[in-house]
Amino acid sequence: MAAKFAMDDDSVVVVIGSGAGGGTLSNELAQKGIKVVCLEAGGRHEIQDFVNDEWKSFSQISWLDKRTTSGAWRVAKDFPNLPAWIVKAVGGSTVHWAGASLRFQEHEFKARTTYGEVEGANLLDWPVTLAEMEPYYAKAEFKMGTTGTNGIPRLPGNNNYKVLAAGAKKLGYTDFHTGNMSINSKPRDGRGPCQQIGFCFQGCKSGAKWSTLYTEIPKGEATGNLEVRPNAQVLKVEHDAKGRVNAVLYADGTGAIQRQKARIVAVAGNSIESPRLLLNSASTMFPDGLANSSGQVGRNYMRHMTGSVYAVFDRPVHMYRGTTMAGIIKDESRFDPRRGFVGGYEMETLSLGVPFMAAFLDPGAWGRDFSSALDAYDHIAGMWLVGEDMPRETNRVSLHATEKDKFGLPIPNVHFDDHPNDIAMRTHAYGRGSAVYDAVGAVRTINTPPYPSTHNLGTNRMSANARDGVVNKWGQAHDIKNLFVSDGSQFTTGASENPTLTIVALAIRQAEYIADQMTKREI
Amino acid sequence: MRVLDKRTRFNRRNFLKTSAASVAAAGAVSSGVVSIAATPAWADALTAIKPDAAKTLLVMVRDLYPHDRLGDAYYEKALASMDQEAAKDATLAGQLNEGAVALDTAARKLRNAPYAAIPAEADRVTVLKSIETTPFFRKVRGDMVVALYNQPEVWAKLGYEGASAEYGGYIHRGFDDLDWIKDA
Repeated sequence: MAAKFAMDDDSVVVVIGSGAGGGTLSNELAQKGIKVVCLEAGGRHEIQDFVNDEWKSFSQISWLDKRTTSGAWRVAKDFPNLPAWIVKAVGGSTVHWAGASLRFQEHEFKARTTYGEVEGANLLDWPVTLAEMEPYYAKAEFKMGTTGTNGIPRLPGNNNYKVLAAGAKKLGYTDFHTGNMSINSKPRDGRGPCQQIGFCFQGCKSGAKWSTLYTEIPKGEATGNLEVRPNAQVLKVEHDAKGRVNAVLYADGTGAIQRQKARIVAVAGNSIESPRLLLNSASTMFPDGLANSSGQVGRNYMRHMTGSVYAVFDRPVHMYRGTTMAGIIKDESRFDPRRGFVGGYEMETLSLGVPFMAAFLDPGAWGRDFSSALDAYDHIAGMWLVGEDMPRETNRVSLHATEKDKFGLPIPNVHFDDHPNDIAMRTHAYGRGSAVYDAVGAVRTINTPPYPSTHNLGTNRMSANARDGVVNKWGQAHDIKNLFVSDGSQFTTGASENPTLTIVALAIRQAEYIADQMTKREI
Repeated sequence: MRVLDKRTRFNRRNFLKTSAASVAAAGAVSSGVVSIAATPAWADALTAIKPDAAKTLLVMVRDLYPHDRLGDAYYEKALASMDQEAAKDATLAGQLNEGAVALDTAARKLRNAPYAAIPAEADRVTVLKSIETTPFFRKVRGDMVVALYNQPEVWAKLGYEGASAEYGGYIHRGFDDLDWIKDA
């Protein structure tokens, strides 16, 4: 029996966003008997609604509200209105993620101490350590059914992985396998095993891949304590005269403006929308936006050092058969400044279909040099390089000076310039990625620039001191104790690992803290 | 390893619709009338793009994304989708028709011939490069990279199988059947 809470019920926790952070937090609180209203801007598309068609799916589930870009990054030139590819739907980006579930390494929580002062970077240690995170990583892996943990067998290697593994072996890499993936290799948690459909980015039609859409959300709803409202686009978070948040203003599916009262508000709209919301919630008391005494809201935007290497072979590969991300080489994720940069990167197989390959292999390219690569499509193997990029105060999400959305609120601009460390790392990664494929006999390798960002981090970062960041070690705003941030915008630094497992672990931990603080009537 | 049969499947209906048939029809010489200037059937079907522009644009889009084993039909279909957009947008229609004229002007200046009449691809590419930064070029290229490569018939030619869930995924259809690497 689904819950339904009144607009003027000020005892509820309002969670903004239903993805890895918001969806998990909503369920964890509901399981503890806490009443939650989860407001999701997107619609509710269930498994039967997903389509195995790249452009159709893109139109169906992507966040397409207008955004602008600036800075030297190539995305601003090639995709000026698409800084990020994230989901606008119940489930958030857990609908289209690939499933990679990696723990951060110990030193990555201490990036500033480990890497030292890096000029032009705003490095900072997290206010949490790996030791503190370990129990929550374990809970997250169990919750999500991560292969390689909890006795869950790793998935079998597909064609794309076979090429990667053969190259890895020839180069002397030792830490490679089919990955810690939150995709069932056997039936588990009421969901079937992976059918190697190969449209992970378009919503998993077998339900084997973990997504809050068909796990956390329905489990939370079953308690009677969670009400999810889709097509509810939050406009502002409001506060009382004492500076505590007390309501959330949103536009519902008909466009009517609603106000939901709240005892606590948790913001989990992903790293562009979350800071935008805080900035758009500026008031007389908080002229720079909510929770922004540090000036860091929107700043330190990170998207990971990324890029792809695609390689053409003289025999067929059919890389699209099977999971989009089917294996990993972890050797380069270590900290080893002898390579000429701090931080490390992972090498993960990736496959795109013909439509997306055409659009993203080399954006803007044309002519025979380009089309000959597509002519060889079924002979191509590919990988995605994902590594730690440097936080910079000037890389930031800010409110556009003039452009407004249909509700009259400034749209976000994403400004990004690569740091020299990012460039050095990417150059190294392209080299190693090509070497992997050359070792197996590639006839041609192609370096693909970063895609519109699927990992968006850091814009409401955690810090020990209020002057350095937006939230504390619990994701609680330094300035407003009943305001939380629950998505990847909390990340102090990006590490080299895909972010979802850490977001889920933080949400589980944050739910414990919120429940504890509520019991003590601290919030 | 399961590989795909990429040969075009001909049935009577689609044979009549392909460019091969229409060129054959257009190329039929009757009573000494030269057919070179005749408007091919596919260009006739366009509403916003003019016939002469259509013929130039077809050569242009083949030069943007050359695939020797893809017949004209796929490029014509992609142009038809641009035409549909232009039918609802007079500014775009103007941009395409005037752009084709400007392309011919550039071609005459650089290679002394209208664009479609320049025999060597490399020379035509030189002309295209000279207009590469124009809004017309950017629009055509940007639309074509989607319209050409979003056709299931093109996927089949390139060895991509498209939707998979309705066939049970690839778990029993060769997801790991790569057989040419030792110790894979």
